Amino acid sequence: MGRYLLRRLLQLVPVFIGTTFLIYALVWAVPGDPFAGKCGERRCPDQYIAFMTEKYHLDQNVFVQYANYMKNLLQGDFGQTFSQREISDIILTSYPNTLKLALVALTIEAVIGLGAGVLTGLRRNGFLDNLVLVSTLFLIALPVFVVGFVLQWLLGVQWGIIKPTVSSEMRLSELIVPGFVLGSASVAYIARVARTSIAENRRADYVRTAIAKGLPMRRVVGVHLLRNSLIPVVTLLGTDLGALMGGAIVTEGIFGINGIGRQVFRAIVTKESATVVGIVVVLVLVYLVMNLLVDLLYAALDPRIRYE
Amino acid sequence: MRVSKRATSAIALSAAAALVASGCSSGDGDGDAAASKDGAIVIHGVQPENPLVPSNTTETGGGKVIDWLWTGLVEYPNDGGAPRNALAESINTTDSKVFTIKIKKGTKFHDGTEVKAKNFVDAWNWAAYSPNGAQNGTFFSDIAGFDKTYTSDPDGEGPQKAPAPTAEKLSGLKVVDDQTFEVTLAAPTAVFPTKLGYSAFMPLPDVFFTQKPEEFGKKPVGNGPVKFVSWEDNVLIKLTRFDDYNLRDTMKVKDVDVKLYQDENAAYSDLLANNLDFMETVPTSALAGDKWKTDLGDRGLSTTTPSTALIAFPTYDKRFQNPKLRRAVSLAINRQEISDKIFFGTRKPADSWANPLTPGAKPGNCTACKFDATEAKRLLTEAGGFTGEMVFYYNADSSHADWMQAVAQQVKTNLGIEARAEGVPTFAVFRQNINAHTMKGPYRAAWQQDYPDVENWVNPLYVTGGSSNDGLYSNPQVDALAKQASAAPTLEASHEAFSKAVEIVDQDVPSIPIYFYGQQSGHSEKIKKLELNNVGELDITSVEL
Repeated sequence: MGRYLLRRLLQLVPVFIGTTFLIYALVWAVPGDPFAGKCGERRCPDQYIAFMTEKYHLDQNVFVQYANYMKNLLQGDFGQTFSQREISDIILTSYPNTLKLALVALTIEAVIGLGAGVLTGLRRNGFLDNLVLVSTLFLIALPVFVVGFVLQWLLGVQWGIIKPTVSSEMRLSELIVPGFVLGSASVAYIARVARTSIAENRRADYVRTAIAKGLPMRRVVGVHLLRNSLIPVVTLLGTDLGALMGGAIVTEGIFGINGIGRQVFRAIVTKESATVVGIVVVLVLVYLVMNLLVDLLYAALDPRIRYE
Repeated sequence: MRVSKRATSAIALSAAAALVASGCSSGDGDGDAAASKDGAIVIHGVQPENPLVPSNTTETGGGKVIDWLWTGLVEYPNDGGAPRNALAESINTTDSKVFTIKIKKGTKFHDGTEVKAKNFVDAWNWAAYSPNGAQNGTFFSDIAGFDKTYTSDPDGEGPQKAPAPTAEKLSGLKVVDDQTFEVTLAAPTAVFPTKLGYSAFMPLPDVFFTQKPEEFGKKPVGNGPVKFVSWEDNVLIKLTRFDDYNLRDTMKVKDVDVKLYQDENAAYSDLLANNLDFMETVPTSALAGDKWKTDLGDRGLSTTTPSTALIAFPTYDKRFQNPKLRRAVSLAINRQEISDKIFFGTRKPADSWANPLTPGAKPGNCTACKFDATEAKRLLTEAGGFTGEMVFYYNADSSHADWMQAVAQQVKTNLGIEARAEGVPTFAVFRQNINAHTMKGPYRAAWQQDYPDVENWVNPLYVTGGSSNDGLYSNPQVDALAKQASAAPTLEASHEAFSKAVEIVDQDVPSIPIYFYGQQSGHSEKIKKLELNNVGELDITSVEL
């Protein structure tokens, strides 16, 4: 177990270097001079451009720029944006917001998705099964921005139940609707995967044995059936956290949440490699750690799986 | 952003009906003094690109906040008239070259220190010293000694670096006493006092010079009707009334929260739900079919702003060097139709070179702006036709596609030449090509005045070497007349000479004005009274609840 963990952690290093360099180079390759559009319909003063170019080493080639960036990063310096803001500050203020939103979304999709999956998996082809099937298909078909705008307009503007946008305090109650919007498509996937998994295991020998032993149904489902059916669901949920955080840009935009999506978008448009990489570095870490956690959870869920 | 627009218009129609039913009624003009006194408002804003230093801010997100935080020597009245003294007690000159500026006694910066003559002189010297890299540095080029403090890179992007300036301070600035300073210009400039209301000319408190500019810009200290409280990036800028303010425009409400949105549709939803008190420009999606009018009822406002949308010709390209051809293109465009069909009347067809809201501008002086397809065809034949394809360029990251396509289509139909419109993905790439003078066809441009005078519509745009003369148009007659106009002893004489220069521009048609911008704003039910300033921004001092 210890060696496995170590090996996995060591694997993170090349992945980390590879992704950061790729992203740095990609943003660097985005066409457009970062200062060409900065002064509106007027050319920026040469002095201003010279000052910024010098300050951000933009006259160097991409490898030198990247090396410089990594050197600073390893010393804990994320660098500054072209507006002379500390990137670490941006990360510190926007990450918690996105994480909060993604966690709310993850909770909502786990609760609704798993609940619906278990119910339909146990009673296949009934009315409820069909209802869930149709409604989840509907949710998958709808793009996030449609769900977002409809709910915002209906609940926020029309009925006045919620405020159309989230306030800067990011209260949990305000995040329920945005969280649902963000997680809506995944709810459908979770429900369907859970349903199939439950339905399959429902016919397994150990379930029949458990029922034959006379165990109460609640225990059969809650302990024996659910635990064995959770592996695919956990895989989905674990990798989804990263996807939710990276994909929250639309939801963040609709509900006015100051998260990483908007920062990355702004930074790509203005060619601020350092900001994009800074934010994505953390996102890459989230993905890697979540994947590792999922793998470790397998062992907890299924004692047959062991890591050496 | 394009994504969101489609979604809102899909659900628009039913939203409109509901709001009319809920009967939003604003008051009958005057606010309630008691309610205003401790009142707070939330207004729409955009995250400023840079720390808030007046001489380093050129975009509207930060520019608006700076306009509220600072009061300059002169102010521009909301009705767009001639500028009047604000912080200045008097600005005197006999020859438009040496100005003696006296400032009012006893006004304070937000940190309690008095605003003195040296705060202006120091601030201007800082901005004009090129190693400080201020974006507005060139605004000080009128002042004597600027060529010593501000050097430029001899080969643009090339390997050479700009030489270090030989002087640290402008020789044309002299502090006489605490309330007086003298400005000597390099050449007579009648419009100089008018420029002084622009944010680049704001005074800076002593504390600015004791810290890094970006540190100051995160907690700016101004001298205006409101003072800075806090700024949470991308979320909120909090401002509050400055109680020691003793100039004309004092605040009626107390707190102003500038909520920084990334998506204008989110702000619009907040506005509809009365969660936001003021939004300067409603989203384009709300303009379609006059949806904003039904959404907002009498909470909506429509005004014109002194900005013009143009299409500029790259006159450095041989194919566009014949004035007759350029005139033919201009005459082939039906501006009224574009205004009606594409903008639902919210933009007015352009008929003059400078925006008519600008002091000194002559309305209707663009003879090339009428629609005359027969004359256009005749001119095209005289010019020897046009071979190849005429491509109209625009930046596709903003909503310009519709009207640029319409322009290209009209040119194609009315002149019988191959014409189409093509989007350049981002504004940055677009501007990069324009700056490098590599545009291969007419392209979209826009101009909003920096300060209200016709000078600002001629010198930067049509004079050889002008800061925004990107098409490299050059006519010695225009240059001579504009020079004479700039140096005229009085503003009247100056305006008269500029109108002569514009007559020549009208013959040459270096660019073609298409429409004058209009602005559709909205406010909440809470606000009983408000005014917009000369460029359409909210005058926060006028707000009453």
